[in-house]
Amino acid sequence: MTSRDEILGLIRAALKRQPNDPVPPAPPVLLREAPAENLVDRFRTALEALAGHVVVVNTAAEAQTAVEKILNGRTFLTSVNLRGGEFSRDACASAEAGVTSADFALADTGSLVIFTESHESRLLSLLPPCHIAVIERSKIVPSLDDVLRLRPKPGESSSAMVIITGPSRTGDIEMRLVRGVHGPGEVHVVIVDQM
Amino acid sequence: MKTPDVTAALGDKKLQLAIYSATGRMAERRRDIVAQNVLPDYQDLRQHAHDIKKHTLDHLDYYLEQLERNVESRGGKVIWAKDGAEACAFIQKLARDRGVKVVVKSKSMTTEEIDLNEHLEHDGVETVETDLGEYILQLAGEKPFHIIAPALHKTKEDVSEIFEKHLHSQPESTPEGLTKIARIALREKFLEAGLGITGANFLVADSGAIVVVENEGNARLSCSAPKIHVAVAGIEKLIPRAQDLGVFLKLLARSATGQALSVYTSFVAGAKRAGEPDGPEEFYLVLLDNGRTKLLADESKRQSLYCIRCGACLNHCPVYRKIGGYNYPWVYSGPIGKILTPQFKGFHDDPWVPFASSLCGACGEVCPVKIEIPRILLELRSEIVQQEGDRTEKLGFRMWAWVMRHPRLFGRLGSLSSAAIESLPGFLAVGPIKNWLSQRDLPDPPQQSFREWWKKR
Repeated sequence: MTSRDEILGLIRAALKRQPNDPVPPAPPVLLREAPAENLVDRFRTALEALAGHVVVVNTAAEAQTAVEKILNGRTFLTSVNLRGGEFSRDACASAEAGVTSADFALADTGSLVIFTESHESRLLSLLPPCHIAVIERSKIVPSLDDVLRLRPKPGESSSAMVIITGPSRTGDIEMRLVRGVHGPGEVHVVIVDQM
Repeated sequence: MKTPDVTAALGDKKLQLAIYSATGRMAERRRDIVAQNVLPDYQDLRQHAHDIKKHTLDHLDYYLEQLERNVESRGGKVIWAKDGAEACAFIQKLARDRGVKVVVKSKSMTTEEIDLNEHLEHDGVETVETDLGEYILQLAGEKPFHIIAPALHKTKEDVSEIFEKHLHSQPESTPEGLTKIARIALREKFLEAGLGITGANFLVADSGAIVVVENEGNARLSCSAPKIHVAVAGIEKLIPRAQDLGVFLKLLARSATGQALSVYTSFVAGAKRAGEPDGPEEFYLVLLDNGRTKLLADESKRQSLYCIRCGACLNHCPVYRKIGGYNYPWVYSGPIGKILTPQFKGFHDDPWVPFASSLCGACGEVCPVKIEIPRILLELRSEIVQQEGDRTEKLGFRMWAWVMRHPRLFGRLGSLSSAAIESLPGFLAVGPIKNWLSQRDLPDPPQQSFREWWKKR
């Protein structure tokens, strides 16, 4: 008997169940509906409380200028979906900043939600010490519950969905907050009214 | 009953202060972020989380098979391991077959259970813990002190010494500087590693996915930078649907560190897919039993498996907050350790574990999935006394029962013991009673017994 069959056998014996016994419906899904008001302001307040930075601009051209100002001459890499072309892990590891998009932003927690299916890299928002995300205003939703309602199975077309809530941090030494452990210590979000 | 010697921990002022302030701070932050005006539906969420865990564990075979189908439909592979030996053997073989020299690992209590690092190191595979706290402890050769804050007992001076000794760094006096030293050393390992190992906070049946929650970014790196990703998780970590994360993610970080969400929540459904710029090429999920099916069989204590490892019960436990994490016999400490250890390991070696509690109930009150820890502690105590209770104690209770059934004898013994108490401690303070009396004073005996007083009225 394989370990699989043994474990399943032990479980069924413990639960007094037979293979293919019916399963009653799971408790209902509990997702909140929050009003979609003041999303930009709420997002800004939440992210700034975590020491992230938010800039709101009107056009794509203004977004470009805002990103350049944040970069201030630092080396950077933009994600495939913003620039097209190839991705390289080593280039990503040596860049001083990573510029990405995001699929959603969460107003209540100041989070960014990135799906890899949009040709967005797992590492570009992670390896460089500075992460700049450029998003349309319409991507901001009240909370994670809205994302889970719109995308009930996040793994369907993406190998990964990551929720980023502020700069990387630790409190492992004497409970003192230190930013930028393994991920970026600096997080900027540029919100564009119209792309 | 032999209990551990906690005098060293109690007498260490530095340690006492470290435990007290770290757990106190975490408890305070939790309290503020689950407060009525911040999270009005907190109690509903707890109940719902409990109900979902109950439903899942009650039909665990069904959801595990569903999870397996969904992982494998995307090219991932599920490995079922009855115990630590099987789990380690699989990962060791995989590392050998792929010629892996360096493994990076993110924090996982499950892999602590099975001594995975020791097994890999034995094969000559360099295995690096990448969570800052775990990294410090790995260099120092110690085990986690707390589920969430593994190195809370180390001061920055301790950490600087550890880094000087093992990384040959210069003395450094700030947490910022020390963190930077670790970042640089570990970044090299991430880019060098052939295999990354993570735990999983949740296994999502309907998606064939794992969810990993963290603040530093080391878990994201472990499952994205190396070519192979192996996740190791206990079979009880299941939830039925990705949508259930709406409930669990609202509770986990709040209960653990008092954050609304941890910095990084990674929902990982396998290896990199066509069109994705990066990610591992292979994904393996090791499902570990290691005693869990034994717990499942006991319907009244099954809920011990609902635990989502937030550590809130440790932070609120008056016993943990005094004796710290190293006086428990297994990797799980605090109240949750007190109910898991006897059920996983049997209580023969350390029958005292469930007794090391004041039964104040704080652990049950703060548990985000409403595990009735105090009730389970009582049940375990009763089982232990029935199985292991010592004969002198049983004889004592039989004598007590006999005396209680004979009122006249009871009255006589009452006046006799009044006299005896007066002549203490010289008379009785010998053997084990001496220890007891060294910390306590006996009350003054009353002038007359209740019965005598009643008669005279």
